[in-house]
Amino acid sequence: MTESLAITKLSDLANPTRFMALVARLVPWMAGLTALLFAVGLYLAFSTEGDYQQGDTVRIMYVHVPAAWLAMMCYTVMALSAIGTLVWRHPLADVAHKAAAPLGAAFTLLALITGSLWGKPMWGTWWTWGDARLTSVFILFLMYLGLIALNRAIDDPSRAARVSAVLILVGFVNIPIIKFSVEWWNTLHQKASVLRLDGPTIDPEFLRPLLVMALAFTLLFFTLHLVAMCNEILRRRVSAQRRMSARMANREAAQ
Amino acid sequence: MMALLTRDLKLSLRAGGGALIGVLFFTAVVAVIPFGVGPDLNLLARIGPAIVWVGALLSALLGLDRMFQTDREDGSLDLMLMQEHPLTLTVLVKCLAHWLGHGLPLVIASPLLGLFMNMDEVAIGATMATLLVGTPALTFIGAVGAAVAVALPRGGLLVSILVLPLAIPVLIFGVSAAYAAVEEPTPFLPPFLILVAITMFFAVLGPFGAALALRNAGD
Repeated sequence: MTESLAITKLSDLANPTRFMALVARLVPWMAGLTALLFAVGLYLAFSTEGDYQQGDTVRIMYVHVPAAWLAMMCYTVMALSAIGTLVWRHPLADVAHKAAAPLGAAFTLLALITGSLWGKPMWGTWWTWGDARLTSVFILFLMYLGLIALNRAIDDPSRAARVSAVLILVGFVNIPIIKFSVEWWNTLHQKASVLRLDGPTIDPEFLRPLLVMALAFTLLFFTLHLVAMCNEILRRRVSAQRRMSARMANREAAQ
Repeated sequence: MMALLTRDLKLSLRAGGGALIGVLFFTAVVAVIPFGVGPDLNLLARIGPAIVWVGALLSALLGLDRMFQTDREDGSLDLMLMQEHPLTLTVLVKCLAHWLGHGLPLVIASPLLGLFMNMDEVAIGATMATLLVGTPALTFIGAVGAAVAVALPRGGLLVSILVLPLAIPVLIFGVSAAYAAVEEPTPFLPPFLILVAITMFFAVLGPFGAALALRNAGD
């Protein structure tokens, strides 16, 4: 019963007007909460102790790690909405994975830039091709850009959505590779120290600001994603109305 | 199915097909490298397997965009979509035909290019073996890209952009297996077997994804 309720709620949202009303109610709250979490997270990030070895550069972690998590989560969200596109033909799913691609690219770029800023003082190099984590994240960045290019190349939005959904699902093989790259190829990048089966190995002093920042980044992503989806819906409405008015103008000219 | 295989093979081998162009491109790419890095034979021998692999990857990308596009232009793609055989199987056969027409010539041409690169016999043999099991994976991955971009008028460049990130693991393991055969302490088999595994994985995923994309890309 609850499942069918969830399904009806979800199919209610297929009506874009209803979805946009919901977003208009949600977004101010989410934006406020995001700003609050960022304030707390940044305060914690700068007030806690530096690492005894790394000094102040450890604070880069509070941006780098959440951005990298978000880069992977964004692709997972896109893969889920790709399934929504192909299986249920849910119109919102089309919009969702199209709107998420630029966000994912931005977060991936942020993770790469902060990573190399952190790598220079710690590893002595901006970038290395020998490390599997670095290269696989770079591949993820390329895939985001490819998806954006594909979406721009096809002018019919629903066909673009279905075709890029297939590509998103095929490209999903990269996500487990990124996650486990530090376990399989033990080179420069350190292993996972927060999401582990036997509990985090990171000191609570660093863990607290990290988790707050991760929560703030996640909320930031969802806020931006909802707003981007609304923008995409509005953009489609504008182009549909333009097309309609052009058709009307044709008809009037013919009379 | 056999009829489809022979038809596609004939189309790619006879005039207007891309098989010869692919090999020529491969040769040209590899032949350009010595002009770029200088005629130092030791250096060329060291980077040889990598160069041959990169050349093969690029020329495998070159022929991809025509994989389904010619069929779409003359309407036979619609027939394939409507027939009773599962579309995945049809795509698999088309992939095999495409590999026989475009991938196998690259494998056959690679020893000659290896000689250009001053590689020794073991390295040439290893490069050829890795290309033999690695290029089918490129074709299977490329089939997805080709199917996704089938309806685009100028899809060729886009196919390369979409396929290249997914093809990188193939390149990594192909090259590392080829190097492992030459350099003494590292064993040849593990990366080679991973390469075989990648090929078999994409032999399943590739035709499936391509069939899905072809059904959705239709007008």
